[in-house]
Amino acid sequence: MNAGSFMLNILILGVPFSVALMLAGLGETINQRAGVFNLGCEGIMSMGAFIAFLPPYFLADTPWAGSANLIGLALAVAGGAALGLLFALVVVTFRAPQGIAGIGLQMLGWGTAGTLFRRYVGGVTGVPGIAVRPIPILSEIPVLGPLLFNHNPLVYLAFALVPVFWYLLFKTPWGLKVRAVGTYPRAADSLGIRVARVRYQALALGGAMAGLAGAYLSLGQAKMFADDLVAGRGFIAVALVYFGRWNPLGVMGGALLFSLAQSLQLSIQVAGIDFPYEFAVMLPYALVILVLVLVRKSRMTGPAELGRPFDREQRV
Amino acid sequence: MNKTMKTVYNAVVILAAAAAAMGIGALVFAAVGANVGKAYAVILTEPLKDLIGITEIVVRAVPLTLIALGIAVAFRSGILNIGAEGQMLVGILASSATAIALPGLPKYLLVPLAILAGAAGGAVWGGIAGVLKARFEVNEILSTVMLNYIAAQLYTFLLRGPMMDPEELIMGSGTPQTVRMPRAAWLDRLIPGTRLHAGAFLALALAALVFVLLWRTTAGFRMRAAGAGAKAARYAGIRVERYLVVAMLLSGALAGIAGSVEILGVHRRAIEGVSGGYGFTGIVVSLFGGLHPAGIVPASLFFGLLLLGADMTQRLADVPANMVLVLQGAIILAIVSAQQFMNNPYVQDRLARKLARLIGQPAPPLPSGSLGACPDPSDSPDPCLADEPVPGNAEAPDAPLSRGKDTEEAR
Repeated sequence: MNAGSFMLNILILGVPFSVALMLAGLGETINQRAGVFNLGCEGIMSMGAFIAFLPPYFLADTPWAGSANLIGLALAVAGGAALGLLFALVVVTFRAPQGIAGIGLQMLGWGTAGTLFRRYVGGVTGVPGIAVRPIPILSEIPVLGPLLFNHNPLVYLAFALVPVFWYLLFKTPWGLKVRAVGTYPRAADSLGIRVARVRYQALALGGAMAGLAGAYLSLGQAKMFADDLVAGRGFIAVALVYFGRWNPLGVMGGALLFSLAQSLQLSIQVAGIDFPYEFAVMLPYALVILVLVLVRKSRMTGPAELGRPFDREQRV
Repeated sequence: MNKTMKTVYNAVVILAAAAAAMGIGALVFAAVGANVGKAYAVILTEPLKDLIGITEIVVRAVPLTLIALGIAVAFRSGILNIGAEGQMLVGILASSATAIALPGLPKYLLVPLAILAGAAGGAVWGGIAGVLKARFEVNEILSTVMLNYIAAQLYTFLLRGPMMDPEELIMGSGTPQTVRMPRAAWLDRLIPGTRLHAGAFLALALAALVFVLLWRTTAGFRMRAAGAGAKAARYAGIRVERYLVVAMLLSGALAGIAGSVEILGVHRRAIEGVSGGYGFTGIVVSLFGGLHPAGIVPASLFFGLLLLGADMTQRLADVPANMVLVLQGAIILAIVSAQQFMNNPYVQDRLARKLARLIGQPAPPLPSGSLGACPDPSDSPDPCLADEPVPGNAEAPDAPLSRGKDTEEAR
């Protein structure tokens, strides 16, 4: 295998790997723009992955099998939104510190998914998952074809959602409310914007996206469920938003970058290069730390109120 | 609110939080199809039925105490250390490497040396996150979580490779574990037939030490001040960044000691799965214990009970042991919410207003820091600044001007 096709393979593998990070990252962008960071994203992704896995697993031999994937996706999105609302209750209404509350939500989600999995599914079983749908003519193009147009529908959806979220955040009234609430909630409050309500909505949307991202992992990528399926991607998604400067386009770029690290690891093994497996697995995580160091100054350009609970009566 | 009302209120809040956490647990028990009452009964009482159970609770409580102490040191200094899992693993590596490398040393030298090596390993791993936060403002939750994953990979790599028991290679079974620790490195078992080991004394001693450090030394005071308010601490001349790093070094060291004590006292060799989620449980224990050694020690016994009980429910009530993670997550959410209800005057004010409206009582006075508690300056203009000598003459044509002046003065 020559160097050129090796590189191309890494890129081709990298595109589907970026989807989970991208979906969760887009949702988290809305959250952070509203001033809240949800570290429970990882737990919501676990739950979403498990919930989406259930219908195809149980309905495999029934006449419902055809729509099982869609049912799974819908349930995962709903479940994710519900967990996002639970998080909103704790950090917006109860004004608890977001970091620790996020870790609590992560343990809750991860534990529930693992417990229910062990009880009802037991061993690691595969599901057919979502089939790849190449786009008719475009996938024939020599290099770009397999790279961009030969994936399952969720991949296309994820990339399509990037401009949608960009538009939502920067060109709609609701997006303006979200950004106002994250930058200067007191001014937004004085104009009659219900800060708590906007944050609830943002967290529900962020949770829904995280649920969808988890569903993609179990149905679209791994085509099975395991306890360590998410493997830190939720946390990486939160870090991605810093890296992407709280902009959906930046988040997409960051997701592609991190997924390249993962596909590099896989390609190294497939090509039989003698590089220790564990060090290759470490790459994405080390990359996150590196990236966080490099973008440290962006605290100046981030939402000013990120992490601070808002209270109308408080003087300062 | 007077003192008794405050105590009653706090008790109600704590009970409500406990009920909420147990309620979430009950939901998941029900979802798993277990009898909720039986499941809780097993978790809370089964381990206490014999000596082995009780000693096993203490065996689990020892690493929990150590890790929770470290987390309390870090949290109190303003840095959220979620990396105890990774720090424990690196401590185990350092400790086992030291013990294996120096089998000839007598016990009274090898044990402290191995434990110190574990502390050093954990400290280095924690220090990385501390420096990242102090110098580069990297969010410590993200960096410690990433370091956890990196440490897990490093651990597996070393245990499958350079540090693997040569016996495994000969026999060809390839279990990732090191050779048995030399006898001189073992921590003594205190009660024969059980796994209770001398590490328990070390945990208690370190609990006392941490108390003295944080509440009886200048350095500890500075660390707590930095954690309570970094800006104010800097203004007072405290080097907040330096104490951040120190806190992470100590926190990591304690997690490393926890790992080394587990290896030298319980397993006597480094194996996979040894950290057993202690890193995360330690966080809950620390919060549950109010971030204070006096609370952490009983809290770690309680969570040791929960952990052992969860293992038992797997056998007796057909509930997977993961369940304990759900309970821990629910407990964290309940604790952080309850803390707001107990300490945040604005949350309390909203609650009081809602209750007052329900009962039909007049609204309580606003908390002292709030906007509404200050009288509007324009209501009573300063007589010295008004153009008219008579105060309250608000309809005069030039009154808007003077009111503008008043509000500017008052601001």
